Amino acid sequence: MDAKVRELSYSQAVQEAMAIALESDPRVFLMGEDIGVYGGAFQVTGDLVERFGPERVIDMPISELGGAGVAVGAAVTGMRPIFEFQFSDFATLAMEQIVNQAAKMRFMLGGEVSVPLVMRFPAGSGTGAAAQHSQSLEAWLAHVPGLKVIQPATPHDAKGMLLAALEDPDPVMIFEHKLLYKMKGAVPEGHYTVPIGKADIARPGKDATIVATSIMVHKALEAAAALAGEGIDLEVIDLRTIRPIDRETVIESVKKTSRLLCVYEAVKTLGIGAEISAMIAESEAFDYLDAPIVRLGGADSPIPYNPDLEKAAVPQVPDIIASARALVQGRR
Amino acid sequence: MSATAKKAAAGAANVPFAFRAYTPDQLRGVLHKMHLIRKFEEGAEDSYTRGLIHGTMHLSIGQEASALGICAPLKADDQITSTHRGHGHCIAKGAQVDRMFAEFFGKTTGYCKGRGGSMHIADVSAGNLGANGIVAGGIPIAVGAALSAKMQKNGKVVVCFFGDGANNEGAFHESLNMAAIWKLPVVFVCENNGYGMSTSTARSTAVERIADRAAAYAMPGVTVNGNDFSAVAEASTTAVERARRGEGPSLIETKTYRHRGHSKSDRNRYRTKEEIEEWKAMRDPINLFEAELQQFGVIDEAGIAAVRAAVEAEIAAGIEFAKTSPAPAAAEGLNFVYTELQ
Amino acid sequence: MATEVILPKVDMDMATGRISRWLVAEGATVKQGDPLFEMETDKAAMEVEAPAGGVLGGIAAKEGVDVPVGQPVAFIYAEGEKPTVAPQAAAPAVLAAKVEAPPAQTAATPAAAPTASSVPGALRATPLARRLAREAGVNLAAIAGSGPHGRIVSADIEKAKAAPKPAAAPVAAAPSDADTLKLFAPGSYSEVPHDNMRRTIARRLQESKQHVPHFYVSADCRLDALLKLRADLNAAAPVKDGAPAFKLSINDLVIKAWALALRDVPAANVSWTEAAMLSHAHADIGVAVSVPGGLITPIIRAAENKSLSAISAEMKDLAARAKARKLKPEEYNGGTSAISNLGMFGVKEFAAIVNPPHATILAVGAGQERALSENGKLFSAQAMTVTLSTDHRAVDGALGAEVLAAFKNYIEMPLAMLI
Repeated sequence: MDAKVRELSYSQAVQEAMAIALESDPRVFLMGEDIGVYGGAFQVTGDLVERFGPERVIDMPISELGGAGVAVGAAVTGMRPIFEFQFSDFATLAMEQIVNQAAKMRFMLGGEVSVPLVMRFPAGSGTGAAAQHSQSLEAWLAHVPGLKVIQPATPHDAKGMLLAALEDPDPVMIFEHKLLYKMKGAVPEGHYTVPIGKADIARPGKDATIVATSIMVHKALEAAAALAGEGIDLEVIDLRTIRPIDRETVIESVKKTSRLLCVYEAVKTLGIGAEISAMIAESEAFDYLDAPIVRLGGADSPIPYNPDLEKAAVPQVPDIIASARALVQGRR
Repeated sequence: MSATAKKAAAGAANVPFAFRAYTPDQLRGVLHKMHLIRKFEEGAEDSYTRGLIHGTMHLSIGQEASALGICAPLKADDQITSTHRGHGHCIAKGAQVDRMFAEFFGKTTGYCKGRGGSMHIADVSAGNLGANGIVAGGIPIAVGAALSAKMQKNGKVVVCFFGDGANNEGAFHESLNMAAIWKLPVVFVCENNGYGMSTSTARSTAVERIADRAAAYAMPGVTVNGNDFSAVAEASTTAVERARRGEGPSLIETKTYRHRGHSKSDRNRYRTKEEIEEWKAMRDPINLFEAELQQFGVIDEAGIAAVRAAVEAEIAAGIEFAKTSPAPAAAEGLNFVYTELQ
Repeated sequence: MATEVILPKVDMDMATGRISRWLVAEGATVKQGDPLFEMETDKAAMEVEAPAGGVLGGIAAKEGVDVPVGQPVAFIYAEGEKPTVAPQAAAPAVLAAKVEAPPAQTAATPAAAPTASSVPGALRATPLARRLAREAGVNLAAIAGSGPHGRIVSADIEKAKAAPKPAAAPVAAAPSDADTLKLFAPGSYSEVPHDNMRRTIARRLQESKQHVPHFYVSADCRLDALLKLRADLNAAAPVKDGAPAFKLSINDLVIKAWALALRDVPAANVSWTEAAMLSHAHADIGVAVSVPGGLITPIIRAAENKSLSAISAEMKDLAARAKARKLKPEEYNGGTSAISNLGMFGVKEFAAIVNPPHATILAVGAGQERALSENGKLFSAQAMTVTLSTDHRAVDGALGAEVLAAFKNYIEMPLAMLI
């Protein structure tokens, strides 16, 4: 069956996924700050409160810790909450419930419960919101066994992965880059899922592999297009899920290209790039490497306010072009 | 109303709530469970000191009436969240001691298959969503469970146990507020045993009565003698019925005392031996309840001895079950991290 | 019945505890709850109370001795009760049995010896290059890396595989080590492991002989004028701190002459690369220095511009540090040509192997008194024979002859060196 495909923005795609879920599953409800008549800080919930009512699109008080715990409690007692953090930075207030409760409850109770909780985290820099509203904290949560952590990069995946998350019996943390919300892309109508834990080869190539996450997928694709003019053929992998990582896709790609560049917006140090690099070093792909692995990540600083500094704090297309070119030309 | 009738009514009012609300059989059952909690914890403590149980444990010896009184009006499918001092809650809500011992011994037959231990003891089938190692960690979860009950319109009430230490956590305040604004069927129970580890409530808490904090969240708040089963059961019944009617949450503070230290490594430096002895001698909830039962003719000395003997046998069998149960295999270490690995 | 008093577990991760002090003596009467002993844990000391009232007996744990948790340390007997329960074996014995002996470290089983395939020294190659080389049977040591820091990358292996075989005729494979060992009676030899210098010499010279087409030209040079000039210059050396400021050797003069010859015939001062001929601006002369276990070739840079005394001083310093293996890589890497002088050993003449990236190497024999004839007259004179080896890809025969003639000219008319 071929569903009709339209152009939707990323935020429309997320909203459509939530609408489908609210429509089809009485267990699903939304909670978050200002997600009702306000429509959400980034207008992702939009008019859902008018369509599904305030009992299922719940405006909660500014109580991230308590609210996250309420979502956990509802999840273990038969509901399918979708919890929206207004900014991913505010998850720091709720870490206790996410890390100690949601992630561990099933384990601590010997499998007697599941925690089918979906949390959405508007993340990333580029909006001039400075240090406390621009972070990319996905690796924090990906360090916690029991959680699944995804970063859809396209409107298509944003909808399909949210619907997949709602079918998942375990807590799924969705990091949505704020700059992607307005990005448009092809989105099929109706219900479909994009599997969690499966990376996407966004651009096949042979000279080097770029493993990118979230908005960096688009920057990597832009860099790859530019370098194609120089005869450099890059493969771009959209990792999509950072826990569990799709080891197979990344390893096979590196075996093919022999070169690896990891690109992510979060702070480079101790980040997802380190994990991918170590994973390759430990895998059979090691014997296929023809150059050292390169990481491009965020600066070891909070996100600055000044727009030029803000741009400089995270990888940009020219950075990716320079790194990929040096890597392929054997200068790294 | 005639003067005689008035007098009769007044007399009835002097009979403690429990003796009006429950049958003698039910009351004897409560005594059985009180002893079961006490002996379970003593058995666990003994096994711990012998090195059969590792980690640590937090004993609620002295707080049995609070757990049983609060759970008295609950139905089988009502739910509770519990605390690190939660053995009594677990038994009060209906768990079996053999599977609890097995959990403490880290065995596959334990309620958490050896993954949780004392601090995470749970019995989901009986409505206990689990003890919690994080102070106040269970409070928002209870509110979430109550939100589920309201959305599912299934009539369930959720009881949320926590200690005096938790009442200064942000999660406590956030949770009470949300429960109140959404009128959720939840009963908050603060078991005030006087100390958050070593810090007394006098030193940690601005209000004298923790129940007073209910006023900030527009819900009823009562303080009761937590060592008086009947008083606790009465307060709980009032709150549970209010919750079930859809009128929203309540806060109950049960004032009680733990005879043992905070955990097994406690040296009791923050309180005096005299204080501990006074609570043990004068305000032990089991002694109080036994005296009351005898006063109202519900049980005699022989009956009490029979209860004790039955409990001893149950505990001995439970420990034996735990000892002889299989331990989880190392290869199963990743089980239950995610659902599909089961 | 006696009540046992155990050493209680009071902490997480506590396997043993120790009684720091008994507070009650054996035989004393105690009440339930009386403190019996103080015990120590990692964190603090605490008192342990009597679990029952009665007479303390059978104390089995001494103060200051570690006791496993749960072990009885004493008993409390009812008044008049006879001790019937034998105290347990002393705690330390129980503990000792639990302590596993550390695995014996025997010198007889050394750590795994380095495998034969391990690549020596600082050879840099990417994992892919290593794997490709392994699969293709390519010796990484024989390949120059084109990556950063000389790292061998996969392209270098591909190039090595594609490189034409050095000989058209089937070349007998080098005998394996086993084949070699078979030829000698066991015990008739000792094995001296190769060090890095030996391996490098072997690799580089084998590579040169396999890949560089050698061509040789020889000439005899008269030395009388050179010897006289040397003697005059040495005699005229200014005295500094009670010693002559310099003492020129024949070799110093040979270096200078060869550098000037290369300056005069720049077409011979080159290096071969696949892409282009590298024509060098200066004559950087490597001078082979024999050192224990091998040889090394420190370089006199821009020797054509240096005075004889400067060359002499530099050579002394380099040779001394070469023998001490104290040269820095930049002091022996590179160079545009080289000189190998075996004259001091009485060698009349020999041919040296070109050491890439050089295109030439000059082999210098001993200065000897020889019978010569000129214009039909026989006479004796000092002379030496030199042989120039060239990389024929870069320096043809005639060019070799031309630069050698220039050298001969400087040796026989050495005053030209001073201009």
